[in-house]
Amino acid sequence: MLYLDAGKYTPYVWPAYAITVLVFVWLIGDSLMRARRWRRDVEKREQDAAE
Amino acid sequence: MFTFLYNPDRFMAFSRWAAPLFGAIAAVLAAIGLWLDFAAPPDYQQGYTIHVMFIHVPASMLSLFVYACLAVASFLGLVFRQPLADAAARAAAPLGAGLTLLALVTGSLWGKPMWGTWWVWDARLTSELVLLLFYLGYMALRAAIDDEARAARACAILALVGVVNLPIVVFSVDWWNTLHQGSTLFAPGGSGLAPVYVPPFLIMIVAYLGAFGSLWLVRIRAEVWRRRANVLAIRAAR
Repeated sequence: MLYLDAGKYTPYVWPAYAITVLVFVWLIGDSLMRARRWRRDVEKREQDAAE
Repeated sequence: MFTFLYNPDRFMAFSRWAAPLFGAIAAVLAAIGLWLDFAAPPDYQQGYTIHVMFIHVPASMLSLFVYACLAVASFLGLVFRQPLADAAARAAAPLGAGLTLLALVTGSLWGKPMWGTWWVWDARLTSELVLLLFYLGYMALRAAIDDEARAARACAILALVGVVNLPIVVFSVDWWNTLHQGSTLFAPGGSGLAPVYVPPFLIMIVAYLGAFGSLWLVRIRAEVWRRRANVLAIRAAR
């Protein structure tokens, strides 16, 4: 059995979880996009240099 | 032991498989930890607000751990000129800032129903806020100086100055009378945490550690690529 209903504390418990999810989504998204962006930049520059 | 990581090429080969592995381990552990968290009955004193503990305390612990990593990397970069150390320090700062912000916000959401206030200027909360300011100051200083070598040196010095704040955050609840409670799990007289909460609590700490490890590696990889792109841009301009 899961205690998902936080009763009178719902306005505090679920926003805490929502903010945690938001921060992790931001950290994951920003990290992956940054890595992808610079990897593509390097690949493009190496390709340009080879031509 | 980790000297092989000093070489950027070896680091890239290692992090290519380590980052997704750490991320997967973190995701599995977080799922298990949250399941056990919500399967545990409400605390006899704090009721259902105990759920906040499983996301707040790991964030607080990691905010300190990440700063320690940032400081060690800064020291290695400043003193030994390790090529990856400065990249590692720079990559850690946004992650640490995010976790510190999370610790402050979730702590506030836990504090309101338990203490009756969102915020109080007690030693633990204030020193944690100072930690966030150190992270933000580090990132701002990086962005403010164009010369990468000068920025790295200045930021490393700032990071090392900020180390003074770490014991203040940790021991503030012992040194001063604070509204914030003292250490529960590692209390001198044994854990004050009910046994039912210990497994999910420890699992969530390891899950946060895994998430940080994965994201740190991804961000260091991005930093290595950014520096390679800059070198290639300079070569192309000649």
